[in-house]
Amino acid sequence: MKSAVIVFPGSNCDRDLAVALELITARKPAMVWHKETELPEGTEFIGVPGGFSYGDYLRSGAMAARSPVMRAVKDAADRGVPVIGICNGFQVLTEAGMLPGALMRNAGLSFICRPVPLRVENSQSLFTAQYDAGERISFPVAHHDGNYQADEATLDRLEGEGRVAFRYLDQCNGSARDIAGILNDSGNVLGLMPHPERVVEPAHGGTDGRRLFEGLLETVA
Amino acid sequence: MKARVFITLKSGVLDPQGKAIHHALEGLGFSGVNDVRAGKLIELDLADGTSDSEIEDMCRKLLANTVIENFRIERLETA
Repeated sequence: MKSAVIVFPGSNCDRDLAVALELITARKPAMVWHKETELPEGTEFIGVPGGFSYGDYLRSGAMAARSPVMRAVKDAADRGVPVIGICNGFQVLTEAGMLPGALMRNAGLSFICRPVPLRVENSQSLFTAQYDAGERISFPVAHHDGNYQADEATLDRLEGEGRVAFRYLDQCNGSARDIAGILNDSGNVLGLMPHPERVVEPAHGGTDGRRLFEGLLETVA
Repeated sequence: MKARVFITLKSGVLDPQGKAIHHALEGLGFSGVNDVRAGKLIELDLADGTSDSEIEDMCRKLLANTVIENFRIERLETA
């Protein structure tokens, strides 16, 4: 699988994601700087990593969402290329209009950094096919602005269309309906606050994130 | 020409920062505060002749996230 990891000034999980992708897909991803206007020819998967792009200026993900490379990411997503946005990457994708809603300051105002229990809500997606519906898994979170909010109609639509991919099992950051990750309407864009790339080998303390990338590899390759 | 853009959370959108400020004010003994909402003020120094619609465009495309925020533009007369 030919993957690309987008790198913004202030990204800090880009290398974690690259290491996880290399481990699971046996191929180093291309690291694509935010000023690029094109992705490498034949890119089959795009990762928008966590971090603090542009120092979270204005709003988390706001500046990164308007950077040149995001036009190429949007075009690729429109052609059906799978895109995952993790943590700051999720914020970037909502700011870019590729996913609905917004991620606001955590309800408790604190930065939250710990493993959290999640429920896999949709096990039919490109990203979750190797999980069981309703399965309980654990991914770490590390964020200040992970409080997912959208209007009631949007939330109902997400639920009705099976686009809530992951849900927090415990109250985490104030997110509406405990939503931890959502899919776009065509199902090829996933945004989530928890970090699957940080639980891909036993030394990480868990391997629950591994199947997300393995599932993608199976579908894409 | 200068303009100010006031960005506020839409009503109904939870404002944890406003809540924390409210709580801190109460902690300082200010008991008459009913609610606090925090927002942003952005000052723009613009080329003369910049139209209202251009400023609105800036707000919609970047300055405000209209999913959760409202904006109000105030033009300042240059002295």
